[in-house]
Amino acid sequence: MTTHFFADTGVLLGRSMRHITRSVDTIITTTIMPIMFLLLFVYVFGGAIQTGSDSYVNYLLPGILIMTVASGISYTAYRLFLDMQGGIFERFQSMPIARSSVLWAHVLTSLVANLCSVVVVVLVALLMGFRSSAGLASWLAVAGIVILFTLALTWLAVIPGLTAKTIDGASAFAYPLVFLPFISSAFVPTDGMPGPVRAFAEHQPVTSIVNAIRDLFAQQPVGTGIWVALAWCVGILIVTYAFAMAAYRRKIT
Amino acid sequence: MSQTIRVRGLEKSYKELKVLRGVDFEVARGSIFALLGSNGAGKTTVVRILSTLLKADAGTGVVNGFDVAAQPAKVRESISLTGQFAAVDEILTGRENLVMVARLRHLKDAGKIADDLLERFSLTDAGARRVATYSGGMRRRLDIAMSLIGNPPVIFLDEPTTGLDPQARLEVWASVRELASQGTTVLLTTQYLDEAEQLADRIAILHEGKIIVNGTLTELKQLLPPAKVEYIEKQPTLEDVFLTLVGADSKDPR
Repeated sequence: MTTHFFADTGVLLGRSMRHITRSVDTIITTTIMPIMFLLLFVYVFGGAIQTGSDSYVNYLLPGILIMTVASGISYTAYRLFLDMQGGIFERFQSMPIARSSVLWAHVLTSLVANLCSVVVVVLVALLMGFRSSAGLASWLAVAGIVILFTLALTWLAVIPGLTAKTIDGASAFAYPLVFLPFISSAFVPTDGMPGPVRAFAEHQPVTSIVNAIRDLFAQQPVGTGIWVALAWCVGILIVTYAFAMAAYRRKIT
Repeated sequence: MSQTIRVRGLEKSYKELKVLRGVDFEVARGSIFALLGSNGAGKTTVVRILSTLLKADAGTGVVNGFDVAAQPAKVRESISLTGQFAAVDEILTGRENLVMVARLRHLKDAGKIADDLLERFSLTDAGARRVATYSGGMRRRLDIAMSLIGNPPVIFLDEPTTGLDPQARLEVWASVRELASQGTTVLLTTQYLDEAEQLADRIAILHEGKIIVNGTLTELKQLLPPAKVEYIEKQPTLEDVFLTLVGADSKDPR
């Protein structure tokens, strides 16, 4: 059974990738909100924000990338939910295939779709004047963090995708995630925030991830911050994966 | 072994609700067996247990010589399930759906298998269209075609004609008959009495979680007092009228 895991996942990945390529609008709608925030903050609010860096778009982009992924994963929950509702999920489960392939295909599709969205947002930022002197190694490190973060949130999205009762329930979980960057260092430095808010902002994952990406782009020494960011990503990934697989096992037995 | 499906003392409860209270039946190789019952009688629960999607609380199910609880992977290699809702991918084309299933069954030449099935189920012209544009009958035909890939010896059809118009129903019946004629064992659930009457070699009535009768149509008819002879004028049924008006060619989809 597991000998076919890669072949089966490949076939199912091909299937859900067709869903993406036949509704490219999902990638566009995923990127619209982050791009709107990018425009709004760079051209409207940005002038009034003191970040200590010379270019606000350079400061803002890492947080916008986090927001892009957070809004993109709700489509994963949505697609999984639709599969559960229709008979196709049961058809796959009653076939002699590696059973976890069904989930992995959705997870890998989410990864590809979100990376496409992230690339679109980066291109828009470049048009708006984003510049980085980062070399290939730094760009790869940024890509690595974004991929880990996407995987962590995708496994989180799998949980409502499997367990939600309604289509709204399947995608609503993403809203708090989309706004998490606001209470972090993504838009403004945390120094100016009042005590409790600042304490929350400085100890939530988005801040460490955003700071690590920002330092990589700016060619600053990342110090221990990048390890905190990676620990958050891996930690969230392990927890969400465990819960998602538990929800999946409950569904298929 | 001539019995392809053997079910003994199957029980299943959802919380307080006892859905199955000891179901027993057997299905002979190459026959069509109809599980007849009203909505909520537990037909789908039986099919879900036999297709390894659900675990029974008690009792055993053996499909093609494999125990559904102990050897689910072997069972899945022996069966195909066509559920109550057409299990097709609407965004893919009909042909892509067939190719996908052929690949998942690790068959060579998935493209040729798909083309042959499209031909056999009169879907060749629609093969390149997305399934979202298909009619209910076409979806069901595609659904059944997907179930045939890899020639599984046992096919479960859970209410295959629910929600279909009369023409589509006849098309599905023709497909099921063709299956059985090629030696496939078919377990069919239905709430339509005429469907069981038309298709099945044996009929079992599932009522309140138990099989209350099980036999051939002739045997079931003998349960009641001999038929009375009455002389009545043979009126055309509404179905006859409908089918005559919309065209006789639809009686035979091939």
